[in-house]
Amino acid sequence: MPAPQPGSTDPSVIRNFCIIAHIDHGKSTLADRMLQQTGVVDARSMRAQYLDRMDIERERGITIKSQAVRLPYQGTNGVDYVLNLIDTPGHVDFTYEVSRSLAACEGAVLVVDAAQGIEAQTLANLYLALENDIVIVPVLNKIDLPAAQPDKYAAELAHIIGCSPDDVLRISAKTGEGVPDLLERIVSEVPPPIGNPDAPARALIFDSVYDTYRGVVTYVRVVDGRIATRDKVRMMMTGEVHELLEVGVISPEPVVAKGIGVGEVGYLITGVKDVRQSRVGDTVTTNQHGATEALSGYRDPNPMVFSGLYPIDGSDYPELRDALDRLKLNDAALVYEPETSLALGFGFRCGFLGLLHLEIVRERLEREFNLDLISTAPNVVYRVIRDDGTEQVVTNPSEFPNAKVSKIFEPIVKATVILPSEFVGTVMELCQQRRGSLLGMDYLSADRVELRYTLPLAEIVFDFFDQLKSRTRGYASLDYEPSGEQDADLVKVDILLHGEPVDAFSAIVHREKSMAYGTLMTAKLKELIPRQQFEVPIQAAIGSRVITRETIRAIRKDVLAKCYGGDISRKRKLLEKQKEGKKRMKMVGRVEVPQEAFIAALSTSDSAPPKK
Amino acid sequence: MQPIAIYIHVPFCATRCGYCDFNTYTATELGDSVARATFHRVLIDEIVLAARSVGARPVTSVFIGGGTPTLLGARALNEILSAVRDEFDLVDDAEVTTEANPDSVDEAMLAELRSGGFTRISLGMQSAAPHVLAVLDRTHTPGRSVAMARAARSEGFAHVNVDLIYATPGEEVDDLRHSLDLVLEADVDHVSAYSLIVEEGTPLARRVRQGELPMPDDDVAASRYELIDEVLVRAGFDWYEVSNWARPGGECQHNMAYWTSADWWGIGPGAHSHLAGKRWWNHKHPRTYAESLASGLRPEAGHELLSAEDQRTERVMLAMRMRTGLPRTEAADDVSERLCLEGLIDPSGLANGSLILTRTGRLLADSVVRDILT
Repeated sequence: MPAPQPGSTDPSVIRNFCIIAHIDHGKSTLADRMLQQTGVVDARSMRAQYLDRMDIERERGITIKSQAVRLPYQGTNGVDYVLNLIDTPGHVDFTYEVSRSLAACEGAVLVVDAAQGIEAQTLANLYLALENDIVIVPVLNKIDLPAAQPDKYAAELAHIIGCSPDDVLRISAKTGEGVPDLLERIVSEVPPPIGNPDAPARALIFDSVYDTYRGVVTYVRVVDGRIATRDKVRMMMTGEVHELLEVGVISPEPVVAKGIGVGEVGYLITGVKDVRQSRVGDTVTTNQHGATEALSGYRDPNPMVFSGLYPIDGSDYPELRDALDRLKLNDAALVYEPETSLALGFGFRCGFLGLLHLEIVRERLEREFNLDLISTAPNVVYRVIRDDGTEQVVTNPSEFPNAKVSKIFEPIVKATVILPSEFVGTVMELCQQRRGSLLGMDYLSADRVELRYTLPLAEIVFDFFDQLKSRTRGYASLDYEPSGEQDADLVKVDILLHGEPVDAFSAIVHREKSMAYGTLMTAKLKELIPRQQFEVPIQAAIGSRVITRETIRAIRKDVLAKCYGGDISRKRKLLEKQKEGKKRMKMVGRVEVPQEAFIAALSTSDSAPPKK
Repeated sequence: MQPIAIYIHVPFCATRCGYCDFNTYTATELGDSVARATFHRVLIDEIVLAARSVGARPVTSVFIGGGTPTLLGARALNEILSAVRDEFDLVDDAEVTTEANPDSVDEAMLAELRSGGFTRISLGMQSAAPHVLAVLDRTHTPGRSVAMARAARSEGFAHVNVDLIYATPGEEVDDLRHSLDLVLEADVDHVSAYSLIVEEGTPLARRVRQGELPMPDDDVAASRYELIDEVLVRAGFDWYEVSNWARPGGECQHNMAYWTSADWWGIGPGAHSHLAGKRWWNHKHPRTYAESLASGLRPEAGHELLSAEDQRTERVMLAMRMRTGLPRTEAADDVSERLCLEGLIDPSGLANGSLILTRTGRLLADSVVRDILT
């Protein structure tokens, strides 16, 4: 019997599922193995992390954008099934995209490293899946590792999900052991999709990708009805109407189809050039006789973290603008507007979903567009209520009003930390220091604890993750989700160099932390800024009140002792080099500051998002 | 004909001092490849070649440096000087200097050099503090430098210089005061004082990197410089270049040739020469140098032609180091005035048409030069 064809597949043989896993726990390897064992990719064309498209994805082992692949699979019962593997992004910044991917599935394979146990982000995505009533197939991966403790972590998973430890499948994606059993479990446990083939078409957009040659490629899961090539379709939220130039499925290369029906997963091409015209979470329907009620769950992506991005070479500014315009085509969450900094020149204030998103955008700009960039310390969005009752939304510390402020609201998050129990004390101390309030604490197993806190987002974007990792020797994992806002006693600390404020270093901090921030930055700048011919005070100030001060003493000696016959050319060349260096200095008032000093001062205060 | 100055480099030392990055070699380093006893003949070969190339121009100064020239012995040094006299027109009042290590010179040798025509001795005293000399790997005792300086005076040398090194790790301010006392006692008419520079690749640099010795501190060096200037000025010396002080008439003519971009020919391994906007330098290793002369070739290893801009840069950078200063027409008025306001150049000098560094300015000479040039 031939495998079911796209557009004419009985929903009862379809299984839509995703894989939930932490970075490094083997999701991509498992996906590779499924591609091979179902035979859609032969051994010759196989490559590692087949589904990850960007270099950054492969290198970091994370998935930034989701993918969907159709796997024809003949079960041991002889039935020809269609498995749709919907790959999900693995990071907190992309929780919204994860939730849309989950909404397109009936089942999820929960993959956990048998040597490490579950991590906070995986747990968060698992809860998200459970909320969506998705069937979970729990799997311990990497059982071939010497350090694997499958019994321990099977018990932990069983405790979290509420199943028996025997239900936890043990596999090795690397060797392929257990993968055939997993495919059978998917077929038997994940329910087939249910929809009305005769109702007006409704398809959920769970991803939208810009392709240089095709324009925007939109990934959808059909819930009701049918979508076919040449249909005029309408995006129900944006109201945009497009003609479908192409409909197809990915298996794992694009396969053009006449249409796709209930329960099927595929892609649409309409010729639009900008992913904002085809947004994740939106519902696609036919323009005529279309549905009246959209599928639930759409929301606009809101930037949570802002940072200034500047080209190190000022003449690269137009290239940076073009590069951001290009990235934006593929990244509906990225926002930016031009900004000028006294210290850094012309650049852009950019909004991101979170720190990883920031890091990825920055890395893509540097790598794909060959730009050298400097980024200011990330900050969150504040809502400021003035004395006269008017409101101001502040995304850049330099715009923060100094006076006549009655209330300031800052975003807060619900954070989950999973960690070995021996580190509970030190992590609780860290959370207290970061103005956290404890929501709860659970033992996942005898020696692993889940801590739940409310924390200001600003505290997390500072260097929370680094601190967490260093206090737990790398064993803790963190997840967080937005949880509204709170009013807080916040102030803007300015850093002044010889009396001139340096905008790039202004920061909004809690009043109690203002002294610590001021001391840190002034001390750091004292180290980084070369001595000048005159004494240079470095001050931290709140408004006009100076809170800390350091002084760069005037340089007293800048002369080479000897200059005889053989020294003259060497000295002339040195002088020419110094002259070039002097031209690259940024002037803050009369103070010459090497750009490297700004870069060093900014980069060390930058907290690095989780890396592989 | 244009006068020319002649420098002669003797690339030998008895031992290698830890701070030194000069082109010099100990007997062990050289092995059998270079005959030290006859090396002065090789130098003379280049003198002959030089004279053939530029003609018998008047020579206003000769300076034999190193290394340790006195290791060659007085007779060899006198032979070298005779060669200069034979090949060029050595003027009657020419200044003829040799550097001398206090350890490798004595009264008899001084007498012989004097009778050979040397007029000036430059002694590497460095410091009067034994623990400072030890850090520098110098083997002489402090008293030896004073004794040899006085001996040179009594043998009839018109000019005697001592070199000092200050701000060596471990040097206390009293050590430097004591060194200056001895300098004054030695009855010299010229002092060169250099703050210790930790040169890349030297054993000293390695010791600093490994934390065995602290890096010399610039602020300490600045204070020490001020002390030296104060003591010497009080004793009747005056600065004429940032690291050089002399009693009236004691200025080193040879060095002035370098600083006024005059013509000079450098004889010997690694020596630099400058002739009408062209600069070249010889092969560094004594063997390579000797081999190329033996085959009748010029021992030049490389050269550069100075553009008008290069020449201006050098003129500004050298003139600013000197007491005679830089004509104010060479600098933009706003820069000169700002430097004056900042106390780095002397207001009366500026009024008289020259940029002349103040004491504070001398310590910041390099940044002043950058300000003028940019």
